Amino acid sequence: MSETTHIQLDNLQVIYKKPDALTDTPMRYCPGCTHGIAHRLVAEVIDELGIKHRTITIASVGCSVYAYEYFDTDAIQAAHGRAPAVATGIKRVRPDNIVFTYQGDGDLAAIGLAEVLHAASRAENITVIFINNAVFGMTQGQMAPTTLLGQKTTTTPTGRSVERGGHPINICEMMTCIPGVAYLARETMAAPKYVNRAKRSIKRAFEAQIRGLGFSLVELVSSCPTWWGLRPLEALKHIEEKMLPQYPLKVFVDKVSGAGEGGEGNA
Amino acid sequence: MSKRVLLRGNEATAEGAIAAGCRFFFGYPITPQNKIPEYMAQHLPEVGGVYLQAESELAAINMVYGAAAAGARVMTSSSSPGISLMQEGLSYIVGAEVPCVVVNMVRGGPGLGNIGPAQSDYWLATRGAGHGDGRCLTYAPYSVQELYDWVGKAFEIAERYRAPVMILADAILAQMMEPCRLRPRAEPPPLDKPWTIGGDSSTRHRNIINSLYVDHDEMEEVNRRIQARYQQAMRDDLYYVESGADDPEILVVAYGISARVCETAVERANQAGVRCRLLRPISLFPFPSARLAEWAAQVRRILVVELSMGQFVEDVRLAVEGRCPVELLNRTGGNVVTPEDVTTKLLDMAAERPGRNE
Ligand SMILES: Cc1ncc(C[n+]2csc(CCOP(=O)(O)OP(=O)(O)O)c2C)c(N)n1
Ligand code: SF4
Ligand SMILES: [Mg+2]
Repeated sequence: MSETTHIQLDNLQVIYKKPDALTDTPMRYCPGCTHGIAHRLVAEVIDELGIKHRTITIASVGCSVYAYEYFDTDAIQAAHGRAPAVATGIKRVRPDNIVFTYQGDGDLAAIGLAEVLHAASRAENITVIFINNAVFGMTQGQMAPTTLLGQKTTTTPTGRSVERGGHPINICEMMTCIPGVAYLARETMAAPKYVNRAKRSIKRAFEAQIRGLGFSLVELVSSCPTWWGLRPLEALKHIEEKMLPQYPLKVFVDKVSGAGEGGEGNA
Repeated sequence: MSKRVLLRGNEATAEGAIAAGCRFFFGYPITPQNKIPEYMAQHLPEVGGVYLQAESELAAINMVYGAAAAGARVMTSSSSPGISLMQEGLSYIVGAEVPCVVVNMVRGGPGLGNIGPAQSDYWLATRGAGHGDGRCLTYAPYSVQELYDWVGKAFEIAERYRAPVMILADAILAQMMEPCRLRPRAEPPPLDKPWTIGGDSSTRHRNIINSLYVDHDEMEEVNRRIQARYQQAMRDDLYYVESGADDPEILVVAYGISARVCETAVERANQAGVRCRLLRPISLFPFPSARLAEWAAQVRRILVVELSMGQFVEDVRLAVEGRCPVELLNRTGGNVVTPEDVTTKLLDMAAERPGRNE
């Protein structure tokens, strides 16, 4: 390395870098998948709150099964849908640790619906990051409880119909009436304008836990370009045009700032 | 100072766990073991512990998984249908190599069955830890005192092998009252171990608790490591008790409540001049196969007594390998074999000769 290069490097300033709470492991997500952005936002929040050393990541079963390799924290991998129960066990033993689950819509809204609702109603002091991409990504694009009516998946080849597939489940609306919920919001990363407020909600959710206020959950309306059969940009557009009408962005419960329902307004 | 009190099996099991330093219990009510969660709900808070009623056995065992990963001495209890639901979580607990204790107060089955005593979860206990190559180290007490003592030992064994240990009993042992000698309650061991999650991870390498091994060779290696622990348990944590004649013509093999019945029957048969001996395995997995093989070469016949349709007898036959005839005396569905049933059978067997080709 020459003397001049060395001097140049010394003058460089880091203005954007990988958050400390992420490892150097390359992520395995498909191009255009928003799982990666969600990871980054959670990691930035962990860094900003200074809680990396006491955070425990709970990976669920879905495309994000390797979350324990990506988050540079203590971590555990849970059975499909059971992450909130595993989180409960950990948090009861280690109340000073910050415990969060990272779950897809199949994991949380199908097989694990009981676990998440009961963790919420127990006011379990944990945080749930809920990735709603309206499909079972990992198992190759089958219908999820959150699949839109008319949406084609590998198990709704002609589009989801009420007769054969039932209605989409709106998790946040359903959880709004649970008194144990301290923070509840639906956000997206479909365009830069949404990303900052998504991060703000994630931070609030972790703050709810740090302050011992109870259960917190942030639903992130996410993309699965691979199984939607869309290019990455089209997938983001699909979120804005098709997903958000069914899943409107909203802070449903906010006991952190005391603003209450709708405190942050609709997007 | 130890004191002697009259306790139900369920209460002795719960108190035995607390005395052994268990401070976390997650469970879901089911007869005939409801007195365990009730006792825990009342007494765990006295020692700064946590009792939590889960929404299902699926959730309960996964709470146990999380608590065990965080380093706690943790237990759950249930009865047959609930243990079926716990199989998924047990498989993860085996694969992730964390210790815990699961109590199964077996009731009549299949299906909803009934709340009578049964031993029909023998296969579920000794074969099952859900899917995959794992199993539960299984111990079968036969008295209230043994329930109290063995639940404590179960934690030590679980921690030694970083594996789930099952205490297998039944509706009678769960609900009957007997005097029980209690020890003072011990403090729980520290949460932090080299592999546990939680606490401050900045002072060490971060820990990951996981059962996902996409590399086939790595998964095989994990399975071999787990099997090696079972082999070690076969050497170090194999338990059985023998009583009766020293030179038996008939060996009776039974565990748990059946063995309790057989003790009386073996005594009566010996008084009637039929030389009998009882071999009572306490550890069902590891199974005392070598000891059985030794006796099989010496006795005329073996009688297996169990409260199931012939589950336990399979392990006996595997150990005996045809060295002598093995007969089965059983009741099921909540019914119990009586000392008279067993005595009559022993006298009949003695009258039929010869039993082996000699
Ligand atoms: C008990 C059980 N049933 C089914 C599966 C198969 N499986 C793995 S991931 C998955 C769905 C994942 O979808 P989601 O939670 O939405 O996550 P995504 O991949 O979309 O991020 C299913 C059904 C499993 N691993 N375990
Ligand atoms: S399959 Fe879908 S959810 Fe999974 S990584 Fe690919 S784009 Fe993302
Ligand atoms: Mg999904």
